[in-house]
Amino acid sequence: MRFELMYESFFKILKGVPLTLEVVFISTLLGFGLAIIVALMRISDNKLYSVPAYSFIYLIRGTPLLLQLYFVYYGISQFSFVRESFLWPILREPFWCGIITLTISTGAYSAEIIRGGIQSVSQGYIESGKALGLGRVSLFFRIVMPITIRQALPAYGNELILMVKASSLISIVTLMEITGIARTIISKTYAPVEIFLVAGSIYLFINFIITRLVKYAENRLSIPST
Amino acid sequence: MLEAISFGDAGWGDEMLMGAFWTVAVSISSILLGLVIGIIFAGFKLSSIRVLNLIAEFYTTIIRGVPELLVIYLLFFGGGSAVMYVAKIFGYFGYIELQPFVIGTLAVGAISGAYSTEVIRGAVNAIPRSQFETGSALGLKGFRLYQKIIFPQVARLALPGIGNVWQITLKDTALISVTGLVEIMRQSRIASGSTHEPFIFYTIAIILYLIITRVSNVAFDKAEIRYSRGFVKRKIS
Repeated sequence: MRFELMYESFFKILKGVPLTLEVVFISTLLGFGLAIIVALMRISDNKLYSVPAYSFIYLIRGTPLLLQLYFVYYGISQFSFVRESFLWPILREPFWCGIITLTISTGAYSAEIIRGGIQSVSQGYIESGKALGLGRVSLFFRIVMPITIRQALPAYGNELILMVKASSLISIVTLMEITGIARTIISKTYAPVEIFLVAGSIYLFINFIITRLVKYAENRLSIPST
Repeated sequence: MLEAISFGDAGWGDEMLMGAFWTVAVSISSILLGLVIGIIFAGFKLSSIRVLNLIAEFYTTIIRGVPELLVIYLLFFGGGSAVMYVAKIFGYFGYIELQPFVIGTLAVGAISGAYSTEVIRGAVNAIPRSQFETGSALGLKGFRLYQKIIFPQVARLALPGIGNVWQITLKDTALISVTGLVEIMRQSRIASGSTHEPFIFYTIAIILYLIITRVSNVAFDKAEIRYSRGFVKRKIS
């Protein structure tokens, strides 16, 4: 064990933490919005909505994230009409390609979690809401959504941890977040075990904090037992 | 464009299929390794010996909390020297270089093993205590008890979970393309680099993964039905 190297690289790798958190934060936020839309489409009785939503979820969950990232970063930019379009300033940036890919990915996985949550809302609540004279929109936001969030939170916490782990893939398209910096140090110093321990501990710490936050939110939202 | 994906020397069709073969091969060897690890560490977690609990807890926490890519880098850069270190203990001082396939299997197998551990542990826990008691009442002890009574039931209960682990394992093999094994991911990179047609080759890669996913889903469904013979499937209305 080269402890001095571990100490030095700890501070180097720490510089990648803001980028990891930034990417996770932006794509989780955008992905949550996407997931609600996809989940609502998925449970719709109209095949025009449910089939595209189902296919989207199947496509994303059936292929590796790395492939999705390559597809967005290299595949789409192959065409000159894309390179000449207004989207090019976004699609040529590895940062935004990473955000797009992670957003789409978490959108598909979370859609299934949210769908499960929505379907667990018992019919009685919805009928009570209707009896109180709530319209479709306020019924969704005031009755269905709060219960869904409470139901889906534990599974969504897992998804957040998977997102932190998944964000490491953007290092492959040259972004220097935690894993990217760790890889550079490993190939320079050839000390894989030491650097793994340092970078791994940082990830475990981030995930530990997320787990605590989710647990706190779960406690806040749970029905107090009398 | 069609020439690019044709079979034979001119196109990349046969190479892409070869890539699919390696993806499946490394996925199967990884999940088998993972199942062996899973059985051992599930045993550790269920054991009443505190040290074994801690070892298993340490392993699953690290693997499930750290990015897969980091685990793959650890074994890619450190696997060879670890094997040489062990070889030195046994008196072999030569240079050992691990094949990308072996590194890939070790890395993805280690990741897969952590998930299998949880699935198997859950399945063993779901077996009623009375089954163990009935077994010992019949005079079965230790390994025989597990072989005759417990394992057949664990297989049935663990199968849906193992199906999920298989999907994770299959997708994780895409990451070992960074170690140089020419599976679907790596092959489509090479092909798109040489033909300047990334869109086509990544689309083919997506289709190949979806086919493998579909086929294995059907296989797991069949296996589930086979192992649930004699059990009425609970209908959720």
